Amino acid sequence: MRYFLRRLVHAVFLLVGVSVLAFVFTVLAPGNYFDEMRLNPQIAPETIDALRTQYEVNRPLPIRYAHWVGSVLRGDMGFSFAYNSPVAPLLLVRARNTLLLTVTAMLLSWGLALPVGIWSAVHQGRMSDRLLSWGTAALMVIPDLALALGFLILAVKSGWFPTGGMVSLHFEDLSFLGRVRDLLLHMALPTAALVLSVLPLLVRHVRAAVSEVLDAPFLLAAEGHGIPPRTLLYRYALPAAANPLISLFGFSIGTLLSGSLLVEVVMSWPGLGPFLLEAILARDLYVVIGGVLLSTFFLVGGNFLADLLLYWADPRIRTETSS
Amino acid sequence: MNAVENDKNVQPLLEVENLVKTYFRRTLTGSRENVRALDGVSFSIFPGSTLAIVGASGSGKSTLAFCLACLEKPTSGAIRFEEREILQFDEKELRGVRRKIQLIFQDPANSFNPRWQVLEILTEPLALQGNLSREEIRLRAHALLEQVGLAAQMDGKLPLELSGGQRQRLAIARALIIEPKMLILDEALSALDCSVQAQIANLLVELQRSRGLTCLFITHDMAMAAHLADEIAVMSKGRIVEQGHPDKILKQPQAGVTRELLAAVPRLDSAPAQEPES
Repeated sequence: MRYFLRRLVHAVFLLVGVSVLAFVFTVLAPGNYFDEMRLNPQIAPETIDALRTQYEVNRPLPIRYAHWVGSVLRGDMGFSFAYNSPVAPLLLVRARNTLLLTVTAMLLSWGLALPVGIWSAVHQGRMSDRLLSWGTAALMVIPDLALALGFLILAVKSGWFPTGGMVSLHFEDLSFLGRVRDLLLHMALPTAALVLSVLPLLVRHVRAAVSEVLDAPFLLAAEGHGIPPRTLLYRYALPAAANPLISLFGFSIGTLLSGSLLVEVVMSWPGLGPFLLEAILARDLYVVIGGVLLSTFFLVGGNFLADLLLYWADPRIRTETSS
Repeated sequence: MNAVENDKNVQPLLEVENLVKTYFRRTLTGSRENVRALDGVSFSIFPGSTLAIVGASGSGKSTLAFCLACLEKPTSGAIRFEEREILQFDEKELRGVRRKIQLIFQDPANSFNPRWQVLEILTEPLALQGNLSREEIRLRAHALLEQVGLAAQMDGKLPLELSGGQRQRLAIARALIIEPKMLILDEALSALDCSVQAQIANLLVELQRSRGLTCLFITHDMAMAAHLADEIAVMSKGRIVEQGHPDKILKQPQAGVTRELLAAVPRLDSAPAQEPES
């Protein structure tokens, strides 16, 4: 319980710290939304001045931060100048789309990486294992952007997949199954690009973690007690290899999220990626800060989850914290 | 210990003949290089006796231990255990032999699953038998813990909460729980400090007497070998260079290696006398 609380406090502190930094950096960056407005001859300077006062652009930084925090606590997360609406509802729709993509990619990539990595570790040094190592190394050096563009070309040339968006125009007219099929078709390429961008890393880590444990003396000792190989692998080696992989699990959430932003922009998936990019270009202050904060929240949440999993999986951590 | 005469009617429990183990090592240039860890080792152990294999590090002692415990496959030679040639055994039969020849590692801490409690570690080898109830296993574990000098209440601890001596006692208890015919101790006392070493050594003598165990005691410590063993074999560079009764080895060492190992034994009386400064 104390472990749990301490982790939670850490997570909250991290979130507050990131919010301060994100706020300060975004506000202090030169230029803001209203400077762009000034370039438009159709808007009167008085209007702009009024807007500036309304949005407190001229007030001191700590006061603006305090007001923004208040707005976060009310569930608005500030106000978007461009959309003329509170940030939270705008952000949530996009976050849902991004999560749909990343969670699917997460499940798929771990679901593939675990069996492949374990298999590779068990058959260490064989031809198939070496080929796999070469394959993952090759995949790892391909940048995410190239992968995403490659899939886009595939979609355009073959015509099997839609080239962007999340649903077709006639989505509302489709039956339930038709909708599911439509959504899956749209998801296929961005998800594949994401999975391929993390999969090689995960496979290599799984292989390394398992093969290290396979060499551990306690496994040799168990073999000396006549324990058969299958039991050795599942009951001894895999639980012992879990720790680094659980930490990697938390980390992979972050990697997938940031990878997702890029893939979304390239494949025009209506998630946080294109939304944030647009907001940054327009200097839509609170949207940028909100997006950064939300990404941090997912990241910190993922690591918190990994910490809890570690606590549950490893009795050594439990005794360390109870004593 | 329980000296057994080389009676013509008693067959050796374990007979090793011309055992060779070669490792391949890749050099920086990629060419393969042979390392002969065992270079034709032969000896035999009679039931109930203790043979000490003494040698400096790198002499092939541990390789020998792993080959005998069926955890490594020798390159050539023969190992006869209970008058059966075990190198021709398939994997399933080997598992049976492994249970009869228990190996105790130099570093017991690493030989335990770090996330298991003492009771789980201790009873793990029993899990395969499947003919014992939970309660029976528990009672047996507790009895054994007390026999090796550990408290039965310790069964809920993790290995990292035990001291070095306690870990080695646990390792011995775990090896004994499946009632092996033979115990191989690979530098099992070397990592412990002197007083604990003596305690564990006495425990071993006692256990061997009460259970009629056969022991192969692998060490670099000539004094401990002489104390525990009925016979000493000195190993160097993968070969046995000298073998005989401890008294004979101590008093009339033949090989140069033996003399070096004897010289390495610390002695109180040979401490350099301090010249009083004037």
